[in-house]
Amino acid sequence: MTAKRTSRRDFLKTAVAGASAAVLPLPAIAQSTGGRVVVVGGGFGGATCARFIRRIDPRIAVTLVEASPTFTACPFSNLIIIGLRELKAQEFGYDKLAADQVSVQISPATAIDAQGRSVTLGNGTRLPYDRLVLSPGIDIRWDGLPGYTEAAAERMPHAWKAGEQTLLLRRQLEAMEDGGTVVISAPANPFRCPPGPYERASLIAYYLKTKKPKSKLILLDAKDAFSKQRLFQDAWKALYPNLEWVSLSTGGKVTSVDVGAMTLVTDFARYKADVANVIPPQKAARIAEIAGAADRSGWCPIDPATFESKLQPNIHVIGDASIAGAMPKSAFTANAQAKVCAAAVAKLVAGGKPDDPKLINTCYSLVAPDYGISVAGVYRPADGQIKDVEGSGGVSPINAPASTRALEATFAHGWFSTITQEVFG
Amino acid sequence: MDATRIATAVALVFALIDYAAAAGPADAPPGALSCSGCHPGSRAADTTVPRLNGRNPADIVTAMQAFKSGQLPSTVMDRIAKGFSEDEVKAIAAWYGAQKD
Repeated sequence: MTAKRTSRRDFLKTAVAGASAAVLPLPAIAQSTGGRVVVVGGGFGGATCARFIRRIDPRIAVTLVEASPTFTACPFSNLIIIGLRELKAQEFGYDKLAADQVSVQISPATAIDAQGRSVTLGNGTRLPYDRLVLSPGIDIRWDGLPGYTEAAAERMPHAWKAGEQTLLLRRQLEAMEDGGTVVISAPANPFRCPPGPYERASLIAYYLKTKKPKSKLILLDAKDAFSKQRLFQDAWKALYPNLEWVSLSTGGKVTSVDVGAMTLVTDFARYKADVANVIPPQKAARIAEIAGAADRSGWCPIDPATFESKLQPNIHVIGDASIAGAMPKSAFTANAQAKVCAAAVAKLVAGGKPDDPKLINTCYSLVAPDYGISVAGVYRPADGQIKDVEGSGGVSPINAPASTRALEATFAHGWFSTITQEVFG
Repeated sequence: MDATRIATAVALVFALIDYAAAAGPADAPPGALSCSGCHPGSRAADTTVPRLNGRNPADIVTAMQAFKSGQLPSTVMDRIAKGFSEDEVKAIAAWYGAQKD
């Protein structure tokens, strides 16, 4: 064991502070003598990681820190926007994590002392750790797009964190008259869920086609290329003549927004919208910056085998917040990284050497409710980065029959059920 | 005689511990833990994707070879199978075979 041991006094302080703070299954701490791990962020990455550390080495005491008692999942939230799914289907709690004796603290992490190895929570609790895992997700860069403030997001929702914003965009679409114009703006890379803006555009186009056929949709893009591009564009051509994609090189980059005038501004034109969905620039959530784990890009550089921060020892970063090379910022990725990170953390806490991992990502998008497409990849560490395994991965075939698209839509739903069952069930 | 019996019992216990350990997430070979993103570990999951826990490892290996070659039609498995060597697939298959179904 090379991990720093807890003094009896520290241990008692933690236990008492924890017990007075929130629901805490004390036995997990009281019986464990194999080190302490704190996981910050209870999404697809963090909740998975916390559970798997416990399963891999039950001697390790694991505390999951999360601000909200309910997690609201983003995948499939585009169906909520068009009224084909309810928010309830996206909501998950942390009750089942007790089965793995993960101690759950519902309070935001407000400070991290990387040298002293402790996390401080909003409720005053201080949690010492041997290893810390950050899986905090993203924050909007409120300084990243002139005119787009938190107040502006109440008029022009981003809906890029599922919840109230998702419902707001839905209400706006429902209230829009037939013949209206919906404008979506997609950011430059990197951002959460690379195919997400295009799935959203597809499904909103589907909604307009079926409910408000005189309306049109303009997708302003800060990029010339995007995930599953050919598949999306083929489907748009066939299904959605009222969807117009304006690429970077044709003037699609939104440089500011004027909320009062409900207008999105590019270098070449002003787009007046009846409903505006601004998907703004993003960065790793603030706690990663507080920890000193984010670099100037706003994201967190990591070791490709262990997900340990390249900036802060004993801190690991997984999921959307990390710079994970070829792996996209998806829920599947966060879950896969979490399990690799859990194995590495358990080994490191016990003084061992982690193995080189392999990882998979599979990500489905819906072009219409019964029309699914996918991208998959297999990854491994190489030259200090996470790289594609050559010859593997790729997207769904271009000229597939409708039955294949329908099957992939079914698999998409199956995936959501399976992964949320593993993470929260 | 008793000593032999005890030794056998002890050996058996150790063998069981060893078996249990080899089937746990701590011993999952590279790539194995990613599969459960789609292949459910829990029966509560609502999916048509088959479970891998407790499957005959030879069947998993055969299927992966057929996905890779295109002999067995698939949606994503052909793309994923191409990312794994035969030895990696064998290790993953053996590990899933040892998981309780």
